[in-house]
Amino acid sequence: MADPVPNPADAPLAPVQSPTEPAVDLTAAEGGAPLVPAEIGAQTMREYVRAALLRIRGGESGMLPVVLGLVAIVIVFQAISPHHVFLSAGNIVNLFLQSAVFMVLAMAETFALLLGEIDLSIGYVGPVGAVIAVQLVQPSTSNWPWWAAIIVALLACALIGFLQGTLVTRLRLPSFIVTLAGLLIFNGVLLIVLAIGPFSGYPSLSGPQTNVRALYNLMWGHITPTQGWIVMALIVAGLGANLYLRDSRRRRSGLVAPPVSLSVVKILFMAVVGIAVVWVCNVNRAAVGTLEGVPWAIFIVLGVLGAWTFLLQRTRYGRYIYAIGGNPEAARRAGIKVTSIRTWAFVLCSFTAGIGGLLYASYLGGMSNNVNGGQLVLYAVAAAVIGGTSLFGGRGKAVHGVLGGLVIGGIYNGMYLLGLAVQWEFIVTGGVLIGAVTIDAVSRRGSASAGVGRV
Amino acid sequence: MAEATGDEPLLKVRGLYKSFGAVQALAEVDLDLPAGEVTSLSGDNGAGKSVLIKCISGIYEPDRGHTYWEGRPVRIRSAHDSAALGIETVYQDLALADNLDIVQNMFLGRERLRHRLLDEDAMERAAAETLAGLRVTTVRSIRQPVGSLSGGQRQSVAVAKAVMWNSKLVIMDEPTAALGVTQTAMVLDLMRRLRDHGLAVLVISHNLNDVFAVSDRIAVLYLGRMVVQDKASAFDRQTVVEYMTTGGLGVAGTRVGSGDGAVGDG
Repeated sequence: MADPVPNPADAPLAPVQSPTEPAVDLTAAEGGAPLVPAEIGAQTMREYVRAALLRIRGGESGMLPVVLGLVAIVIVFQAISPHHVFLSAGNIVNLFLQSAVFMVLAMAETFALLLGEIDLSIGYVGPVGAVIAVQLVQPSTSNWPWWAAIIVALLACALIGFLQGTLVTRLRLPSFIVTLAGLLIFNGVLLIVLAIGPFSGYPSLSGPQTNVRALYNLMWGHITPTQGWIVMALIVAGLGANLYLRDSRRRRSGLVAPPVSLSVVKILFMAVVGIAVVWVCNVNRAAVGTLEGVPWAIFIVLGVLGAWTFLLQRTRYGRYIYAIGGNPEAARRAGIKVTSIRTWAFVLCSFTAGIGGLLYASYLGGMSNNVNGGQLVLYAVAAAVIGGTSLFGGRGKAVHGVLGGLVIGGIYNGMYLLGLAVQWEFIVTGGVLIGAVTIDAVSRRGSASAGVGRV
Repeated sequence: MAEATGDEPLLKVRGLYKSFGAVQALAEVDLDLPAGEVTSLSGDNGAGKSVLIKCISGIYEPDRGHTYWEGRPVRIRSAHDSAALGIETVYQDLALADNLDIVQNMFLGRERLRHRLLDEDAMERAAAETLAGLRVTTVRSIRQPVGSLSGGQRQSVAVAKAVMWNSKLVIMDEPTAALGVTQTAMVLDLMRRLRDHGLAVLVISHNLNDVFAVSDRIAVLYLGRMVVQDKASAFDRQTVVEYMTTGGLGVAGTRVGSGDGAVGDG
């Protein structure tokens, strides 16, 4: 390469009409040579695996560490938990419900982390949204329909995010400080809203009324076993068809695409996971009576995951979030409206935190002043980072929050099964977090040095 | 050397004047950039090279002066104006996002959409075609993050990004400053290819080896004045250095007095 002699075979320039067309007549390069250099299209499994290894070496370790971590947690706790109860159906569902709040809050935090910012306030912004909804559905006071209460709660959270985001982006205050102040402020707001009404600061979701039940069922409700199979089949079929059609279209047009075998493996994997989840959830997990079916919370988490994955990976807005996180100056020069994109990321962060807060209230069966928002937000950040989202911006996905949330929930659950006190849970979770950040930092260093000496 | 296109250069700058407060950065600068030629802009630090390219690319608006694009008078007031004309600038820092892949970087800010969603297939195809046309074939995958590329490859991606948009003039600021020998050769080769495709290239470089290796024309700024611009064959290293360091007082005399004597001395 680097042939210094100009190639005489270059065809003269064709006049260019459309601004979207390349300015140079590129199709004429090297009479009849393929448009796409052979190196660019990896079509076989081996090439694809090599490209994946290259990405990992280049600092894109992605989900690999967290998946390995999850496997390790499962093996260890299954081995040492009393009566090997860790992998029992009841405990798996329980573990998932315990993790759901962390997962959703971690997905919320991802929006801030992708920009290289942080939002410390979500530990109380979420609960503020929750307490608004819980108060609004109370039959003895406002008695709002559950859906209206949820909408108002989430809008309130979005507004909070907008205010904080505006302070960060327009006034250029550091997000750490603004949201730290937010953590305090909304702790206070939570206490104020809690005290409203005749509930002595403990509005609960324990009543039999429809609207109260609806909020309670966010975490504790479930669909019937048959419905579970149908819904999971639809989800797997839809996602699988989408994936297969996209991959095969890209293969046909010679674009970078995984080989057929890999597409099939991915779809089979999705199907296996789907079947396993439904099967586990359909096992009767009640000590007395019947308690079976996929919990609503799984679909709420999957819904948030799907929506934010779509937003981040398939839309222009998502692309701009990554660009700003990677190189704000490049984004600005590319004409991206950096300020408004960043503000909206804070809105989405707080909005998603509101969903997490609703799940939290449902898990607790009401709201009280026992909410430990500081710990919630730290676990949310930890879950996102453990899942593979970088604190330095530009790297991470919604799914990382889900996997990191599972790790944290798994540790919590496993420690509980072992009868270990909470101090050990803190210490282990902290150690895992250090491990995750180390992987992030080391892989970044790897990517910085990977470019050197390569032509 | 024959003129590549008609008599009119692609971009013609006349009497450009720019000052920042009391500091006069550019004084009555004239510059011609013909299509299909690589023009080197040389000058010592503080000579006004960066100010000049920023005036051309719309970052700064000149105080006085005229700009002609394909013979028509134009005013370039913003980066948007220059992009609309077909002027793309590759800055020294390249403005690439390391976490995005090659395709994503090349289309940053100008993504193609289908049904309001990113049209990855169309973008990837166009990016692959552009890279193939520039014969940038050393990258392993067009979908690898830019952070994993070498300096020369990054420069190539930045250039490819610049030429994707129907651009007719590509301005490059110190493209080889941070590169090793092989990668420098790769970038110089790329510049020749742009020229062969009929684009005008304006390159700022401190490295006289590069200047002579690739330039068709050389222009030298000295303390905000354009002291000379001519075909590269009219210069040698020593004359360029003298123009850069003295504004050409010595050389000008020599050339007027004894024709190509300066060339003989070199």
